[in-house]
Amino acid sequence: MQGYYPLFTAIPLGMAFFNLLAAKINQKISDFLAFLAMASLSVMAVKMLFEAPFAYHVGGWAPPFGILLISDGLSSMLLVIINVIGLLAMIYSTKYMDSYTAKEKYYTLFLLMIAGMNGVVITGDLFNLYVFLEIASIASYALVGFGCEKNELEASFKYLILGGVASTLILFGIAFLYSLTGTLNMPDVAIELGKIGMNKGVGFVMALFIAGFGLKASSVPFHAWLPDAHPSAPAPISAMLSGVLIKALGVYSIARLMFHIFGPSALVSSIIMFLGALSMVVGVFLAVGQHDFKRMLAYHSISQMGYVTLGIGLGLNPNVSPALAALALFGGLFHMVNHAVFKSCLFLCSGAFEYRTGTRDKLKMGGLVRKMPVTSATCSIASLSISGVPPFNGFWSKLIIIFAFLKAGYTIYGVLAIFVAFMTMISFIRLQMNVLFGELPKRFEKIKEAPFLMTLPLVVLAILCLAIGIAYPFIDSVMLEAAKDTLLDQAAFLSFIAGV
Amino acid sequence: MTLYFLTMVLFVMGLYCLVAKKNIIKKIIGIVIIEYSINLFLILVGWRKGGIAPILMKGMDQKELVEHSVDPLPQALVLTSIVIGLGVLALMVSICLRLYEKYKTFDMSKINRLKG
Repeated sequence: MQGYYPLFTAIPLGMAFFNLLAAKINQKISDFLAFLAMASLSVMAVKMLFEAPFAYHVGGWAPPFGILLISDGLSSMLLVIINVIGLLAMIYSTKYMDSYTAKEKYYTLFLLMIAGMNGVVITGDLFNLYVFLEIASIASYALVGFGCEKNELEASFKYLILGGVASTLILFGIAFLYSLTGTLNMPDVAIELGKIGMNKGVGFVMALFIAGFGLKASSVPFHAWLPDAHPSAPAPISAMLSGVLIKALGVYSIARLMFHIFGPSALVSSIIMFLGALSMVVGVFLAVGQHDFKRMLAYHSISQMGYVTLGIGLGLNPNVSPALAALALFGGLFHMVNHAVFKSCLFLCSGAFEYRTGTRDKLKMGGLVRKMPVTSATCSIASLSISGVPPFNGFWSKLIIIFAFLKAGYTIYGVLAIFVAFMTMISFIRLQMNVLFGELPKRFEKIKEAPFLMTLPLVVLAILCLAIGIAYPFIDSVMLEAAKDTLLDQAAFLSFIAGV
Repeated sequence: MTLYFLTMVLFVMGLYCLVAKKNIIKKIIGIVIIEYSINLFLILVGWRKGGIAPILMKGMDQKELVEHSVDPLPQALVLTSIVIGLGVLALMVSICLRLYEKYKTFDMSKINRLKG
């Protein structure tokens, strides 16, 4: 597999181009090519889980001069999330996107976004990270505005402005770091920073990175774009944005940079934990009052990502016992996987309801369980999962995070996490009462179940919700443990420069 | 030092333009100013007083070149970042045109169907 590592960005980039050509011949070929690209990427991503860590030198240039691609537990985990959710969203779009024009352009943008995210996850070079981040961001700006109606364009423009500021802040941070260390290779930067130690310049770079990547991850003071952008996109893209993009671009980058380049520090840890707790609480309060199905889900994304940030924040703290830090970090990473599964399932469900009923207002729906049983069942499972009901996956990760915080003596954060879990549950019970049960409005008498290609990804995701909850030891041994160990082991990351 | 300071002044001007102006065209100009201030900063990182171009000419000693030339890496980075900036700018302007078609205005305070 080692020699094929760059294919993770090469396949989607190439296919994005050929798709446009193929669509000139026949639309069906374009559908099939896009599916083929995503299917092969998912198979490769799952195979990467069983590989030992290695470093790939692009063009044969030895580090620190050439670009380095890194494969370790964390990047393998993210690759699986990106490509598997991407495959399911792609299957869903083949039917759903028929209601839009210019389907082949949609595929092109979708594949570009996948290429960007894969690139961010596998790269070991700071400037390369910025370039791939921009590819993914530009594709996502265009995808948010894909409907080209009033709301979509407005959301896209807001997202573009804030995303543009975030990108420039990140570039500024990279430039500053280069002037401090004289290198862009991540392990090399980490070694140089170890020699310099902590000073004002390094602190400034950290602040720039937290602000820049925090904007991409939409932590609370930087969250204004998310509740507009995510609901305005087509449903499969909402699922990709909420389920994958904010993790790969935002939280993954923060975790990689803070753990591996700057190293654990109490100050950064407390800042990240505070941001996490703030997003958790503010997100859930804003979510409760929403009538729009997708807008409510978007606010819950902010709140659930708060849990992930909280767990990663405690993992960064050098003052708590290593076992507890590792436990909190593990909980955060586990919740990241779980959130990818249940939130993309919920967004796809909302898309299926909208496809048949033509509305996103949850007060105008009702009794849909009788007309659309499969979609409703999957929606129920995902709702139970996000609200943390025991056999499903969301419960375990929340439990681990809360337990770690109470044990480590951060009682306030632990109690807040319990409170937010409770609020989330109330919010999703109300959602189910409004949408699935109750009286069926007269005008929905004739609607049918969503098409097979749309229910298939929903069923797969619902099964995953249950499977990750029950077969938790298997998932743990295959990906989570390796990802956690990777983040805590800075020495192994530094050794990549020698080319393991 | 003055040059670094002036770059930061440019950055703050762009930020002011982005935050305070209501016209979306002016907001776009603000973003572009911010981008260029960062590009200038990158160039300044590699710059040295009296430096020569980092090209190895015939009959030039390698050591001498390393001692006198400017750092070539930031220049390569700036080229890339200018191209990315062009892509973002093109997208921004096209979305802005579409917004004008739908709303018949460039005033951001009148484009407010979505409540954050």
